[in-house]
Amino acid sequence: MTSQQVAMPRVSGGIYANMCDVLQSSGTKVLHFVVGLVALLALWWLAIFLVTLDPSNSQFKDFAPRAAFEALPALWQDGIIPDAISSSGFRLGMGMFLAIVIGVPIGIMMGRSLWFQQLTNAPFQFLRMISPLSWEPIAVVVFAGWEEAIIFLIAVAAVWPVAFSTAAGLAKIDPSWFKVARNLGAKPWHMVTRIILPAITFDVLTGIRLALGVAWIVIIPAEFLGVTSGFGYAIQDSRESLEYSSLMALLVVIGAVGFVLDSAIVMLIKRYSWHRG
Amino acid sequence: MAIRGTNIKIEGLTHRYRSRSGVTFNRVDLESPQGEALAIIGRSGCGKSTLLHIVAGLLKASEGSIKLDGNPIDGPSPKWVMMFQAPHLFPWMTVKQNVGVGLTFGNWSRATIDSRVDEAIRLVELQDFAQSNVQDLSGGQQQRVALARSLVMEPELLLLDEPFSALDAFTRSSLQHDVRAIAKRLGFNIILVTHDIDEAVIMADRAVIMAGSPGNIVHELDVDLPDPRDRGDPQVQKLRAELMDSFQEAANYNKPKAAALAG
Repeated sequence: MTSQQVAMPRVSGGIYANMCDVLQSSGTKVLHFVVGLVALLALWWLAIFLVTLDPSNSQFKDFAPRAAFEALPALWQDGIIPDAISSSGFRLGMGMFLAIVIGVPIGIMMGRSLWFQQLTNAPFQFLRMISPLSWEPIAVVVFAGWEEAIIFLIAVAAVWPVAFSTAAGLAKIDPSWFKVARNLGAKPWHMVTRIILPAITFDVLTGIRLALGVAWIVIIPAEFLGVTSGFGYAIQDSRESLEYSSLMALLVVIGAVGFVLDSAIVMLIKRYSWHRG
Repeated sequence: MAIRGTNIKIEGLTHRYRSRSGVTFNRVDLESPQGEALAIIGRSGCGKSTLLHIVAGLLKASEGSIKLDGNPIDGPSPKWVMMFQAPHLFPWMTVKQNVGVGLTFGNWSRATIDSRVDEAIRLVELQDFAQSNVQDLSGGQQQRVALARSLVMEPELLLLDEPFSALDAFTRSSLQHDVRAIAKRLGFNIILVTHDIDEAVIMADRAVIMAGSPGNIVHELDVDLPDPRDRGDPQVQKLRAELMDSFQEAANYNKPKAAALAG
């Protein structure tokens, strides 16, 4: 082989330097994470402090960070938080499962077939613009129980980001990959399993991330009525029993659970993304 | 790697696009004996690339036939594999996975796939990069992966559609020599489509010039030179000049028709 420009394979000579870089980068990220959260807490504390300067607003003291964090252990020990995580988690999981099972094939069809895309564009855009919660009265009539109705609402909220992201991923596939695969003897199912699915994993996961955000927002008001479990019910219960510190503690937990779920999807996106940039 | 070449016979091959009026090329006849490296030279638009896609089974001919050892080509097959202008590698795969992807479409055992992939990677001298993601490679290395991906199928015929035109001069020259050397060592046929006369002289045993509208073979020349071929060699220079004269002659092939149309 004659001389040519080559990219050298990665060598282990700079392991120490690489570790230093990684540690420095991780340290900066942790610092930003902590500073951001402290700033949020400070703003929360400041808002309640300013409101309660007026003695007539003293009832708002229960909304302060300290009261909320003091209420957390009792909520955990009484099983309110574990039960809410379990109930809301089950509904979220089922709703997301349905959204993925329905949304990914729809997205693939939209991305692969111009005819299907043109036929479905108007009805899908129309349906997408209907607030998921506005389906609630219909869902309650159609389904036997509230449980199924809430799962339906989550699926309705989550299906569109999944479907449209999948379709966008399909649109970005290099048509030459199909030509190369066909040239090497690929059958139609190879095109789906070996080309399409790996190529769109990033976009599907991005759609799931968006869908999860929407679903997590929708599930709380959806649980305000009809059910006696989940975060929505727990918040409603705290409000009705005037336990505002518990209400604020539950908001903290809802935010934390949502953050953890989102972070998990981000990790999956990083793991399966092949995009460089 | 067990590869052998094939006798190629193209008879009366005609192609016309359904959506466009006119014929791309008309009644092309061409033969290539087992193990030959054949270059098809022509200007852009003369139909040489379409001809190659038909031989690869990726396009259908309007009329005529292509036979390898007497058997007609009726679609893509691992026996006749095409290498494109760009490597078109699958960016979510490593070098090893890209090279072996065609074998995973067939019913090969894991052990066979691993052994053939390792051999193909050795042939293109990318052993140190086997586990690297293909996005970490240079353009030349990526084209070597595409070459290994074709070779691993043990094709009788390798079709090259201007495969090195996007590479820098040094990498291009290196790959031209390497592909010819591998083809001669393993014995498979090559059909190379190019508009680069130097490439044809370095890589081919015979060059045909395609010109006209509709396109057809208007000239052919044996490139009977010893290997390895050096651009500075007077024999190479002489054949290059000869081929260039024929190419320019072919470029005037359309002029009377164009003049008649203008008149």
